[in-house]
Amino acid sequence: MSAIPVQQVGRTLYIHILRHNPCDPLSEAHLQTFELEEADAMTLFIALNEIRENHDPSLQFDFVCRAGICGSCGMIINGRPGLACRTLTKDLPDNITLAPLPAFELIGDLSVNTGKWMRGMSEQLETWVHSQGLENADIDSLEQTMEPELAEQLYELERCIECGCCIAACGTALMREDFIGAVGLNQITRFQLDPRDQRSDAQFYQLVGDDSGVFGCMTLLGCEDMCPKQLPLATQIAFLRRRMAMV
Amino acid sequence: MSKQLNLWPARMDLLESLTGLLLVLFIWGHMFFESSILLGKDAMLWVTRMFEGAHIFDKPYPLLVSGAVAAIFVLIAVHAILALRKFPGSYRQYHSFHRHMGAMRHADTTLWYVQVITGFAMFFLASSHLYVVFVQPDNIGPYASSDRVWTGRFWILYVLLLISVHLHAGIGMYRLAMKWWPFKAASAALARKRLKLAMWCVIAFFLCLGSASLVTYMKIGYEHADRAGERYVPATESNHPVSN
Repeated sequence: MSAIPVQQVGRTLYIHILRHNPCDPLSEAHLQTFELEEADAMTLFIALNEIRENHDPSLQFDFVCRAGICGSCGMIINGRPGLACRTLTKDLPDNITLAPLPAFELIGDLSVNTGKWMRGMSEQLETWVHSQGLENADIDSLEQTMEPELAEQLYELERCIECGCCIAACGTALMREDFIGAVGLNQITRFQLDPRDQRSDAQFYQLVGDDSGVFGCMTLLGCEDMCPKQLPLATQIAFLRRRMAMV
Repeated sequence: MSKQLNLWPARMDLLESLTGLLLVLFIWGHMFFESSILLGKDAMLWVTRMFEGAHIFDKPYPLLVSGAVAAIFVLIAVHAILALRKFPGSYRQYHSFHRHMGAMRHADTTLWYVQVITGFAMFFLASSHLYVVFVQPDNIGPYASSDRVWTGRFWILYVLLLISVHLHAGIGMYRLAMKWWPFKAASAALARKRLKLAMWCVIAFFLCLGSASLVTYMKIGYEHADRAGERYVPATESNHPVSN
């Protein structure tokens, strides 16, 4: 007779969450602890939903895709930024402390307004293709071809999901609010490489050639090490720094 | 377009890196020259005279050493004023960085802070060292230096300076490479790992070399304490007046 597999009892997790509702004048920031039994292959996404369903429906946090694509569930997990949906509880100790990402406007509890920050960055850096005469372009004609290597290089940088982890991992961004961080520098590199963008290096320099841009980066490499998409941020920033220093 | 560009941020970043690189190359060379004492008093005297131009001009000119010190001081001043831009500038910035560093437990973030601390310490330590060498360039030699180290109690300064300068230089070279070097994205992680290992090896090597030579100077100074001020005269040149 074969042994009947017995489901092992999971650990008890103690999830400490930094609670605060800035819309409520009586709300004071405090850590609230929730006890939870760990399930097989549990992610923080599952754990937080369980807390909201069974313990406290007022808990605020953001999720859309639960697959590391939308970038909404960035938060500070035991001191380091990461995506809750991509973090397995089995990789964490019994005590898990969750806090909202710093540097972004707090909506409530673990929910922050990264969209507002990213939009501001995008408008400041003009992160769209700048090209002359597009209004006269013939949309029926074949697009200009691009070398596959270059297309892949652009795609690699396009993988950024703007989750804000690189900003929360950056000592410079936390000290200096006007620093555009790895997400912004990555965007500039992406358009600098794109042959469809007709902006010159001098024009890019006007956008990032100062201490709030590429020359403000102190190479702490928190962005590179904490990026949930493993983007090659250190090499991108070094590339941009060399380009901008040669303008 | 280019007329309106303010190129100073680019120049300042380049200059900070360049002065840092020159200073690191200088200090690493300096370590090999000063540790010539490990090969004996005569070897150290030969190196001393080389820097005083004695091998070229037949006669030592200690003012050459003062000139070199002045050049190094200028490099340090330029590097320091450029690096100061990056220091946390207010209590709020220090507080944010400390909290961030403590929570992240991230090596490179912490290493940067080590550079801030050692850099700040060297404002005082390096200046004291440079000033003494600048105003007493003739006071270098197997006995002269040892007496300064032991009888003059400069060993305290040198212990602190040795640790600060090599941490700062080693970490600085690693960060300089990460800042500018065109690593391929695919191999960057491996290159970074190797660079970091090299960084720790280089720091350990220079700390060992520096400690060994400092202990040697202290030992010579201790044994020579009752005759402090007396200059070393090599056996082969005991009839010549030139000595240090």
